[in-house]
Amino acid sequence: MTPEIIELQPLDLALAGGLIIVLAALARAGRLGVARSLLIAAARTVVQLLLVGLVLETLFANATLYWVALMGSVMLLVAGREVMARQKRRFTGFWGFGLGTAAMFLSSFSVAVLALVALVQPEPWYQPQYAIPLLGMLLGNTMNGVALAVDRLTDGAWQQRDVIETRLALGEPWNVAVEQVRRDAMRSGMIPMINAMAAAGIVSLPGMMTGQILAGAPPLEAVKYQVLIMLLITVGTGFGTLAAVWLAARRLFDERERLRLDRLT
Amino acid sequence: MGTEAGLIVDDLRCVVATWPRLAVPPGGCATLAGPSGSGKSRLLRAIADLDPHEGEAYLDGTPRAAFAGHTWRQAVIYLPADGAWWAERVGDHLAAIEPDTLATLGFDTDVADWSVRRLSTGERSRLGLARAVALRPRVLLLDEPTANLDDATTEAVERVVQARREAGLAAVWVTHDPAQARRLEAQPFTLHDGTAREAQL
Repeated sequence: MTPEIIELQPLDLALAGGLIIVLAALARAGRLGVARSLLIAAARTVVQLLLVGLVLETLFANATLYWVALMGSVMLLVAGREVMARQKRRFTGFWGFGLGTAAMFLSSFSVAVLALVALVQPEPWYQPQYAIPLLGMLLGNTMNGVALAVDRLTDGAWQQRDVIETRLALGEPWNVAVEQVRRDAMRSGMIPMINAMAAAGIVSLPGMMTGQILAGAPPLEAVKYQVLIMLLITVGTGFGTLAAVWLAARRLFDERERLRLDRLT
Repeated sequence: MGTEAGLIVDDLRCVVATWPRLAVPPGGCATLAGPSGSGKSRLLRAIADLDPHEGEAYLDGTPRAAFAGHTWRQAVIYLPADGAWWAERVGDHLAAIEPDTLATLGFDTDVADWSVRRLSTGERSRLGLARAVALRPRVLLLDEPTANLDDATTEAVERVVQARREAGLAAVWVTHDPAQARRLEAQPFTLHDGTAREAQL
């Protein structure tokens, strides 16, 4: 029933890669300054995806919970590092890495496990063909939300330190004094997902659905999966952002409710 | 230690300065003078518990540690020289519109509808005082509130604080002006070599 996937030849990839080189050459000729980073990023995509393809081949051949959990942990740690790297002002010490990582662990892992055990129900529940892509999509989007929100929060607190300090001096509790900054941060983290849901199917065909259709799945089957995934991603991103903003805002103040910008680098 | 009414400060040490002992009864006033950059603001901020520091403070005999951070600061308000304004209208910042206070400071009650963007430095400074006293603190820590003001407005600011003192407010006032300390009938302190000591005028 399912039509065979049209297998891509190395030549097809080489042609697409050639277009990137043409683009880079044009950018260079026009002194637009993105040529170098474009080429590096393209090269990274090729190498990283090839490597992960090899890893997944191995993982699918050895589908034990142990290996799946190990893969998930590596993905989480890399996402945590990425969140930290995207901060203009990060927290000093363990918190710089731990805050985003903890928030992503709480939300992405619980949503992924919930989806596998209760909704998709593959046999066994940790079957890597389902678990790894699902966790990957959750982590990728949660990472964006958490990184944007925490960056907005810490930078906002820095920019608005006079307002926060004045409000504290007038006897407001810390969570009231930081309210506006926290709201902006939450918004920054959630807006990309809300926009993606609002535009889904009209402006853009989501990547996973496109992939399934290209691979020969019936469109409505692909749509059902995509809806499930988008809702789960939004839930994951939302809870992750919520946790990160709460933890980060708490960390900006000490036990005497003083603003502690010295905890940022 | 510290059964007296009012504000007691006991061996307060921040990074650059210390205040070994300060006792301001309800209605009382202390002034603090010293070269700029010597840590006067830091000491006031430490009393309000806005910065990490060492030492203890008491309000009516209750140690500060018994208060949550914000409940202490509701009672002991630090008034910076030029505090921030975050909402659109002046009135959004005022806990209560007090016509007498506003009139003394030279404002009509319609000041509540003014946009904070239009305020001059002097207006911000006077309205900052109105904003702080509207919260009815027990202690007010004033950080050079009259530095940007002319004689007439300085006198208005003093009158507002004096009126509140009659109602039991304790004030600690950073000022460079010895005449102001005399007018306020305050215990004058001078910050010298990082230590605040009671001085003779």
